[in-house]
Amino acid sequence: MQALQRKLWRDLLAMKGQILAIAAVIGAGVMVLFLAVTTLDMLERAQQRFYQQAHFGDVFVDLTRAPEHLIPQLQLLPGVQQVQSSVRAPVRLEVVGFDDPIRGLMLSLPEQGLPRLNQLVLLRGHFPAEANEVAITEPFANAHQLEPGDQLTAVIQGRLQRLQISAIVLSPEFIYQLGPADLLPDYQRFGVLWMPRQALAHAFQMDGAFNHLSVSLQRGVNPLPVLDALDLLLAPYGSRGSYLRAEQASHRFLTEELEQLSVMAWVLPLLFLGVAAFLLNVLIGRLVRNQLQQIAVLKAFGYSHGALLLHYLQLACVIVVIGVVAGVGLGLWTATGLAELYAAYFHFPAMELRVQLRHLALALLVALLAAMVGVFSILRQVARLQPAAAMRPAVPPQFQRGLAEKMVLRPWLGQLNRIILRNLLRYPGRSLLSVLGIALSSALLLVGSFQFHALNALLDIQYRHILQMDTQLMLSEASPERVLAEIRAEPGVLAAEAFRMVPVRLHYQRTSYRTVLQGLEARPQLRRLLDQELIPIELPAEGLVLTRYLADYLGVKPGDMVQAELMEGANRLVELPLAAVVDEPVGVSGYMERRALNRLLREGPAISGVWLLTDPLKRTELQQRLQQRPAIAGISQMADIEQQLRNYIADTLLGMMTILLLMAISITFAVIYNNARIALAERSRELATLRVLGFERYQVGWVLAGEVLLLTLLAIPLGWLLGTGFAWSLQQALTMDLFRLPFVLEPSSFALAALGVLLATALSLSLMLRRFQQLDMISALKTE
Amino acid sequence: MPATTKSQEPVFSAHQLTRHYQMGDVLIQALRGVDLELYRGEFVVLLGASGSGKSTLLNILGGLDTASSGELRYGDTVLSQADDKALTRYRREQVGFVFQFYNLIPSLTALENVALVTDISPSPMSPHEALAMVDLNERSSHFPSQLSGGEQQRVAIARAIAKKPRVLLCDEPTGALDSKTGSKVMAVLHQINQQLGTTTLVITHNEAIAAMADRVIRLKDGQIVDIQHNPNPKSASELSW
Repeated sequence: MQALQRKLWRDLLAMKGQILAIAAVIGAGVMVLFLAVTTLDMLERAQQRFYQQAHFGDVFVDLTRAPEHLIPQLQLLPGVQQVQSSVRAPVRLEVVGFDDPIRGLMLSLPEQGLPRLNQLVLLRGHFPAEANEVAITEPFANAHQLEPGDQLTAVIQGRLQRLQISAIVLSPEFIYQLGPADLLPDYQRFGVLWMPRQALAHAFQMDGAFNHLSVSLQRGVNPLPVLDALDLLLAPYGSRGSYLRAEQASHRFLTEELEQLSVMAWVLPLLFLGVAAFLLNVLIGRLVRNQLQQIAVLKAFGYSHGALLLHYLQLACVIVVIGVVAGVGLGLWTATGLAELYAAYFHFPAMELRVQLRHLALALLVALLAAMVGVFSILRQVARLQPAAAMRPAVPPQFQRGLAEKMVLRPWLGQLNRIILRNLLRYPGRSLLSVLGIALSSALLLVGSFQFHALNALLDIQYRHILQMDTQLMLSEASPERVLAEIRAEPGVLAAEAFRMVPVRLHYQRTSYRTVLQGLEARPQLRRLLDQELIPIELPAEGLVLTRYLADYLGVKPGDMVQAELMEGANRLVELPLAAVVDEPVGVSGYMERRALNRLLREGPAISGVWLLTDPLKRTELQQRLQQRPAIAGISQMADIEQQLRNYIADTLLGMMTILLLMAISITFAVIYNNARIALAERSRELATLRVLGFERYQVGWVLAGEVLLLTLLAIPLGWLLGTGFAWSLQQALTMDLFRLPFVLEPSSFALAALGVLLATALSLSLMLRRFQQLDMISALKTE
Repeated sequence: MPATTKSQEPVFSAHQLTRHYQMGDVLIQALRGVDLELYRGEFVVLLGASGSGKSTLLNILGGLDTASSGELRYGDTVLSQADDKALTRYRREQVGFVFQFYNLIPSLTALENVALVTDISPSPMSPHEALAMVDLNERSSHFPSQLSGGEQQRVAIARAIAKKPRVLLCDEPTGALDSKTGSKVMAVLHQINQQLGTTTLVITHNEAIAAMADRVIRLKDGQIVDIQHNPNPKSASELSW
């Protein structure tokens, strides 16, 4: 067996280039697999531990004002385990040294002891005990470099109040800390704070009352009856409807992230390991074909089938192990980077990347499985080989003129091109799989590029076409229209437009959806409503306009009657005709003419906020003046939000793109390099003959290169097709409440997809042609 | 077709050709100073044991290899100083090769294998004509895998002669064939030599074949040890194998 071992290492050394190329593809697959499962595991463990430790609620209710004495009654509802009421209210914050407006959400903490649900994890300091003490979340603290003992100012119900920070905390409700109506976390401009209940309740006239309820359920209970019971009991108190964790903002974002990771955990590795299996099949297949005589001799000497099978199996295993080791290493490295990125968006008290033995085993197993699939047919061939049969000289490879040949081959092609085409047609399976492998890389490049362009297009639609304002003011409560007139009169305001915003639950047949209903001008100038062609539409005098995504979700068409539960004031249920749908890439809303919405709410011409177009030169002063107005709860700058979005894309997507690019090039390189090397090895005699017959080096080189180039050229359109399909599936998969990617494919994406594989082709060709230069004509001809 | 007169005009003239290779630590002296002239229309057989240097000599004459020292002239051209490009051109235009293992392109039919050469030659015969000369016209659309060994070798000969080369170099052309097929192949080579007046050099182990030659050259240890003139060469059918 020792001699056989030595043969194994010599064979491996002789094929090191190809072996490394295949190991790279396996490595890429394993890397993604390992990256995804490790990160998934890290997030899931962190989430689970935090939820358990902090007693995160299962059901939540927002309401206007309910008396605290309801709590014992709620506690007794069947299925309910624990109930925790709280007061929460929007506030405005000011931090010394930071000029932009900061929106805050202030939550109450029980006067004594810990809350029964949604407990805070104390990182530094002590829980607030005095009326002027607050706890703030860690990301907000870090964004402003605040520590316990520091001060900040809050505008609570129009009253300026100095607060002392007593604690830096984390909350299971704000693992993903997103401001209302924001797309991305902005820790500088949105903060979450906790203060003792009485002080907060007093400021908001909520003494002995609550406006938020968290409920935990008994194990194994069907939540729906509990939701119904809560809705029934709390309806008189302005309940906006109870909802499950699945609808809780932070939890929902985390879940979506976890889902994306698990998709990544199997789709990409499947592609890569599939390609690796094919490459192994080709490589070891060729090795066995070249070594048939050796195998026969070994068998004649008495080596068993098993020993020989093991020999070639070991060869495959060595490649797999190299790939897995590299893949796990890279996976761990990228996972560390990804964990850092996650830590910037998801805030857990502890998040720890752990190498689990079962993940290593999984990676190895999956890669080995792929290798087995790849070499199975070859091993069977080894086992079946009769010693005598293999000792006979090899017959020239069979060629036939099939149907394909009649379609492709033309007399004017010349003999060299004929050789290229016949060789491709002789192993149609191999050629097809090669084309598919290269096409796959090309498709990956296209998808990466698509994501980039689609997100840019999304931002362009949102910030160039829809949102025309530069500043958004949210009022602390519905206010009369004269506030608009006052703001419009401020120096520096070029245009101002008011809107009304009401939380609503829309129902159509059995489907319902919680969102906001926005009342706009009939022809809004600062916040346009667009149709499919991005042309602004006008709001009808009556009736509802919905985002297309929402209309599709509810299954309504224009003309249908939609039920709307208005969750402000008296919680009226009204029927509204759907007048039109609008195409918006971001968010999910309903729209109405503002005064029509006022009438539904049985109020005068009230407004919830104002959009402004301001003079850039006077913007800072204007902002300072607006901040002095107690009626204004929050001020957002559109440019800041857009910048954050673009930063986020740069952070996450470009990194992903680079990885995709590298992986695509590694696949193309491995496929092409292997093909070319095998062509060179199997046909060195043929190539030498051509040289002897008087063909120039470049002409003979063309026989090799032409084959590879043709495969690539065939693969490019297929790659475009596959890539378009992948991009479309991705766009469908990423169609969600938060945003919808527009399906735009730029010519540059197609160019990138083609150039990427051409680059890899050129690289592998240049390596291979260098080897061809060293081809020894005479010895190639002498071999039998 | 008239038999070409064997002129005294040398096609090749070699002077003190040597060729050595470094094989690992060992220096192999394949040729140790060969002086030789080959004349137009001659049919020459090169005899010698394995390792005597006959293949090396043939490879150098055919422009597949270059001598380490000495001079080789082909007509007015000094082959021993030609570069790769010139040698390629020389092989393309002047020389036909026939090998022991045929070296046909498996993906091309018999006719296409011949056309491979006629496509790049300045004034070739038609591929059909070349196949007709080796009596294989009816198998012209067969692939190498569909032909017997003798047929494959005849296609190889047709491919070698289709460019109407001035020199035909054959390295063990019958080495892989049985005697009957071998005799047929030799007959074809002889006939072409007669019809086209091509200078033909055949390497063989087979002493019997020597009887066909105008001259028999024997090599031993990289040197010519004997040159025999044969005033009455026999035809292939007269040989006893």
